[in-house]
Amino acid sequence: MGDPLFWHRLQFGFTATYHYLFPQLTMGLALVIVLLKALGLRTGETRYSDAARFWIRIFGINFAVGVVTGIPLEFQFGTNWARFSQLSGGIIGQTLGMEGMFAFFLESSFLGLLIWGEKKLSPKGHFGAAVALWLGSWLSGYFIIATNAFMQHPTGYAVAADGTLQLTSFWAFLLNSWALGQYAHNMIAAVVTGSFVVAAVGAYWTLKGIHPVQANLNLRTGTILGLIFSVLVAFPTGDLQGKLVAKHQPITLAAMEGRFESGPRAGLTLIGQPDVTSHKIENPIKVPAVLSFIAFGTFSSNVRGLLEFPQDQWPQNIELLYYSFHIMAGLGTLMIGLMALAGFLLWRGRLATSRPVLWALLLAVPFPYIATTAGWAVAEFGRQPWLIYGVLRTAQGSSPLVHAGHTAFTTLGFAGIFVVFSMLWLFLIGRELAHGPESQAH
Amino acid sequence: METLWFWLVSVMIAIYVVMDGFDFGAGILHLVVAKTNEERRQVLGAIGPLWDGNEVWLLAGGGSLFLAFPKVLASGFSGFYLAMWLVVWSLMLRGISIEFRSHVQDGLWRHFWDATFAVSSVLLPVLLGAALGNVLRGVPLDGTGYFSMPLWTDFQLGPQPGILDWYTVLIGVFALVTVSAHGALFLAWKTEGPVHLRAKHLAPRLWLLVLVCWVAASAATARVNPAILHNLPEAPLAWVAILLYLAGLGLVFVGLGRERFLLAFLGSGAFILGLLAASAACVFPVMLKSTLNPAYDLTALNASVGGHGLRTGLVWWLLGFPLALGYVAFLFRFHRGKVVAAEEGEGY
Repeated sequence: MGDPLFWHRLQFGFTATYHYLFPQLTMGLALVIVLLKALGLRTGETRYSDAARFWIRIFGINFAVGVVTGIPLEFQFGTNWARFSQLSGGIIGQTLGMEGMFAFFLESSFLGLLIWGEKKLSPKGHFGAAVALWLGSWLSGYFIIATNAFMQHPTGYAVAADGTLQLTSFWAFLLNSWALGQYAHNMIAAVVTGSFVVAAVGAYWTLKGIHPVQANLNLRTGTILGLIFSVLVAFPTGDLQGKLVAKHQPITLAAMEGRFESGPRAGLTLIGQPDVTSHKIENPIKVPAVLSFIAFGTFSSNVRGLLEFPQDQWPQNIELLYYSFHIMAGLGTLMIGLMALAGFLLWRGRLATSRPVLWALLLAVPFPYIATTAGWAVAEFGRQPWLIYGVLRTAQGSSPLVHAGHTAFTTLGFAGIFVVFSMLWLFLIGRELAHGPESQAH
Repeated sequence: METLWFWLVSVMIAIYVVMDGFDFGAGILHLVVAKTNEERRQVLGAIGPLWDGNEVWLLAGGGSLFLAFPKVLASGFSGFYLAMWLVVWSLMLRGISIEFRSHVQDGLWRHFWDATFAVSSVLLPVLLGAALGNVLRGVPLDGTGYFSMPLWTDFQLGPQPGILDWYTVLIGVFALVTVSAHGALFLAWKTEGPVHLRAKHLAPRLWLLVLVCWVAASAATARVNPAILHNLPEAPLAWVAILLYLAGLGLVFVGLGRERFLLAFLGSGAFILGLLAASAACVFPVMLKSTLNPAYDLTALNASVGGHGLRTGLVWWLLGFPLALGYVAFLFRFHRGKVVAAEEGEGY
């Protein structure tokens, strides 16, 4: 615990994980709000703009916490990861700077108009503000994913004589194949979070028998979007992401699956506990040959195991990586199943009266959050022991003179601030839920 | 190209100080100029739609520094570690206090956020001013390009000073007074009724205080870093900047005298912009000065990235910067005129 690196990693992991609980809903809801406003404009029915108004209020509270918890992440590059910043700033500074210029200015300029401007603006103007927030938040997501993609699979750079990384091809860096795949996977996952939240609120109001028009609209919107996007998050985007890992980070793939021995017709472990010291999975339940298919598209492909690679290149935390991957994939499957059932009942016109399914939709709200958090844990634990894959080790990236006493202090400070933010968020969101939708603009 | 980027980064940071400066000032003064809930909502209504965009200048400026001079960012941010986090925590609590205050109609809830808003608005300019003080005074950079400083030692200068010493605290106080005066002009321009009257009454007094602090800070800077005055004759841009801030100062007093507060507010913006530009011109090309040995200084030349990165950055910067200015113009135009407190549930 006296090791500064431990605290640097804990602080970044903790603050990034906490932060991302908010933007995933922001980005998902941004699309939902645009759709609702568009339907409202097209049909002229007030129920759509009423629903949008309710979600904009949730969006506003959630966005504020997302903004302020995002600020520390930008600062941590310099404060805690100085050697990484010094070496790679010329590259990742491009995307971080562009995020400010092209995404944050756009979002911050139109946020106030979206939240408070419905009466000041024409319906089309207000729709425009919603589109601006959607574009801004999704652009911001791209610049961050492109930054992360450089750390996962560096492209478009060269190492200069002084050891720093210099940009050689802007487009190779910005349009990194890893960034495109991860972006699609991540943004679709954000819509899954948004649609599960919308469906849950619809289910809650239906179960309570209040706000019938809005309950029905939200249930319907959440279920349809939830079904489409929870399928898309697995196929093709999750599948594509798996193939990128298999191609560029074969060690990570082996660690995610707890696979020690190489061989063809590799099975997919559904359940089991990895024992890293004796190189095996205990109590495994496997589906034969499916891992080969997921990784390379044929059942007969050879999937290499960890023992084929030098141990100093293994991710340090194989257990957590393994469980993160299995939790993400397991919950993803469960979510598809739930939405398929809800979608079927919706189609048959029986969803609003199927109380067990409504209860399941209500209680499933944490699932997309857990799955998304686990997904990012797979990406980040899987990248270890590298900070920039194959280029810079994590241990070599931290600030040289910041000691454990500094970082422990700030990590604990964040823990305190985040407790306060969590309570505020729950309190304010709870009030909005209790208040419910307003049926008309006054 | 390095020189150009030195100026781009400086301009972004100077714009940040001018823009966030007036909403810091509003936060510092609101307990004094706005007494009732209605009046406080008037102040929040004036800065509410703007503060978030103002802070983006910091992020965009920081991003520009990151891409062009990563060594400076890495060294400075890690060296000022604890002070950086005090800045970040203040920014976080301040943002939340502006956004969440109006959500609940309750006296205690609102008193709590008013106090949080005021305290964080005071802390930020003091800390950011002290950061500027550190850049002007120098930090104990050694041959590795890094340094580490405690928040304070004995408040004296020397080769191993603390982040806060008498000089940097003086610059912090100068910054606090200046953004308060800047904010008073903004409120006098954008509000009417009691808030307007109180801000109008306070502004000339604050500006006299700015003059006193300005003289003290300039004299202290000349003592702490004599090279700055030494560079002055050979820095034509510094003369332009000095003309800008003197003209700004003149406009402030003309505007105050004629009760034309937009004019005075523009003047105070020019004053801050000019003062920061003059400082940048006098320290150029040094970005982080070493108190140990001038050979260890981080400069625009030895801390920059390669030419391809700088040229690439310039292309999108030239696209993005006018866009950002366009948003600012749009926002000020959309929210033009005097601000009245919004109805409950309808605004900040």
